[in-house]
Amino acid sequence: MTGSSASGRAGDKVFSGTAMGAGILILLVLFGVAAFLVVQAFPALVAKPADIQGGAGFWAYIAPIVIGTLIAAAIALVIATPVAIGVALFISHYAPRRLASGLGYVIDLLAAIPSVVYGAWGAAFLAPAIAPGYAWLAANLGWIPIFAGPASATGKAILTAAIVLAVMILPIITSLSREIFLQTPKLHEEAALALGATRWEMVRMAVLPFGRPGIISAVMLGLGRALGETMAVALVLSSGALTASLIQSGNQTIAAEIALNFPEASGVQVNTLIAAGLVLFVITLAVNMVARWIITKHKEFSGAN
Amino acid sequence: MTATMTPTRRRSHLTKGQLPKYAPWAVLGVALVLGAALINLIGFNAFGWGIFTAVLFTVGLVAWSGAVEGARKAKDKLATCLVVGSFLIAVLPLVSVIWTALVNGIPGLLTPGFLGTSMNGVTGAADNRAVENGTKVLGGVYHALIGTVQITAVATIISVPVGLLTSVYLVEYGNDRPLAKAITFFVDVMTGIPSIVAGLFAAAFFFLVMGPGTKTGAVAAVALSVLMIPVVVRSSEEMLKIVPNELREAAYALGVRKWRTILKVVIPTAISGIASGVTLAIARVIGETAPILVTAGFATAINNNVFGGWMASLPTFIYTQILNPTSPSNPGPSDQRAWGAALVLIILVMLLNLIARLIASIFAPKKGR
Repeated sequence: MTGSSASGRAGDKVFSGTAMGAGILILLVLFGVAAFLVVQAFPALVAKPADIQGGAGFWAYIAPIVIGTLIAAAIALVIATPVAIGVALFISHYAPRRLASGLGYVIDLLAAIPSVVYGAWGAAFLAPAIAPGYAWLAANLGWIPIFAGPASATGKAILTAAIVLAVMILPIITSLSREIFLQTPKLHEEAALALGATRWEMVRMAVLPFGRPGIISAVMLGLGRALGETMAVALVLSSGALTASLIQSGNQTIAAEIALNFPEASGVQVNTLIAAGLVLFVITLAVNMVARWIITKHKEFSGAN
Repeated sequence: MTATMTPTRRRSHLTKGQLPKYAPWAVLGVALVLGAALINLIGFNAFGWGIFTAVLFTVGLVAWSGAVEGARKAKDKLATCLVVGSFLIAVLPLVSVIWTALVNGIPGLLTPGFLGTSMNGVTGAADNRAVENGTKVLGGVYHALIGTVQITAVATIISVPVGLLTSVYLVEYGNDRPLAKAITFFVDVMTGIPSIVAGLFAAAFFFLVMGPGTKTGAVAAVALSVLMIPVVVRSSEEMLKIVPNELREAAYALGVRKWRTILKVVIPTAISGIASGVTLAIARVIGETAPILVTAGFATAINNNVFGGWMASLPTFIYTQILNPTSPSNPGPSDQRAWGAALVLIILVMLLNLIARLIASIFAPKKGR
């Protein structure tokens, strides 16, 4: 009897120890991600400027692609957010009930399509289809710097890449916002309707305020995906120097720069690319922290959780 | 109140005019005709017709509603039009993605031997011959399929125990301790790691440990585990949390040890949810391209050894076939293979999602609520 209880106690210790060990392992891995990136990136930070691609030092190399990354992600977010919230509202509050659950499932499936497929679609279908539109923009709105010509004849410009990114993050933002909208307390909605609100007024007064932190976190998650997305940009964009025009070929993002150059890189270029990855890591980390901060700030008012 | 009412306003808010039932259809008909007329002025195409029709429909319906029903109802109609419109806008590219993959992928997929041969020995000359003579396109995805399955399997073997044990710690032992809070926070942070950074981490780690230039399937599996672990932790945690506390207390009351309670009561109750979460996590990492590109290199031949040599995978196969066609002068066969591989990948992901759904619905435990 005492023997079995002793072994039971040992089992308890072993099991809780293993579980805790797994948790600590995760912390170590994340710490390792940061540490190894810093260690491998360090040679690039201290290398002679002439050794870095472009010959002007690491910061001159990284600055244009950081800006390119931010531009592409920002455009993608501006396009995707309103549409995604609209789609989420359509599924949660506008579509007929029987259609809605099927649509929600389809959106979840679309969120799972690999990014390389979206990239291939952008390169094979979207870029050629959108090129005449760019030519028109350059001809008629060319005086605006972002539409300055000559437009890319193949359509492989940063705007195309941003549209592909928008299409990619659309299902993610939609599926997260839809979950939040569905959690709106039924009583709030019915109270609004009983007071004579139209459907839109009900959505504006009951659903959107309740869902705001959820929407923000969904959008931030989408932003994180858009910042770190590699394949869609690598396949769609014909990269080059930083330009203000969105419809010329040119610009580059960090992730695509790494993917295009890492397989053939050697020597200090490997370190440079890893340093670029570190910069990307820091940017996405900052975005995630801000998202989390916004959510905790709004949580107490929303009634969520 | 009635004394202040102006004589022109004969009816109250509640009984004020409503649009007839046929109003949307009538406006739609007019918008279709007007849209067709307008688009013909600048040259007809179906896409422009759709845009013009949608805009005219919205403007017409909102204006009519505003005139008859008042501003509030008009605003409601406008919001409805915008919401439905955004849905239609979203559906177009998504349908186009699926359609492009199907149209371009089916010829590749139906080529005999596509799933059973590798790219070993398939050269640009062979592709040129295939285009000139119209013979079948040689080469296939067998090596990439092997690579994807092996890399994903190793990643799953690493991630599932670590992820599951961590979620057990968080739910059963955590009790809001600082360590549990730190783990929860950093798992959230890990969810946001860009996939290529995970790949660089694995590459940097193995470069330090095994020497520069180490690229094997195992490195890729480590990179995928970094992406997969947080997903597994999150989903398993949710599932363990909904196991009713009464079950645990009943086990404790019978004198069962905590670890046996967890292994024999808690996990079996939540197993369907955990299994479907793991399946979804696999579906998420199986399509990752960037981390594999920087960690496993790219191979054209079959490599059955995860721990040695470069390895191909479906996503990197698609990527390289599109970006660097086997025959630069005739990219057609490469495109066909790439889309065939894309279709295989999409089918794999969809199947995994369906399996996850089935597991979740068939083996769902009876909820104690």
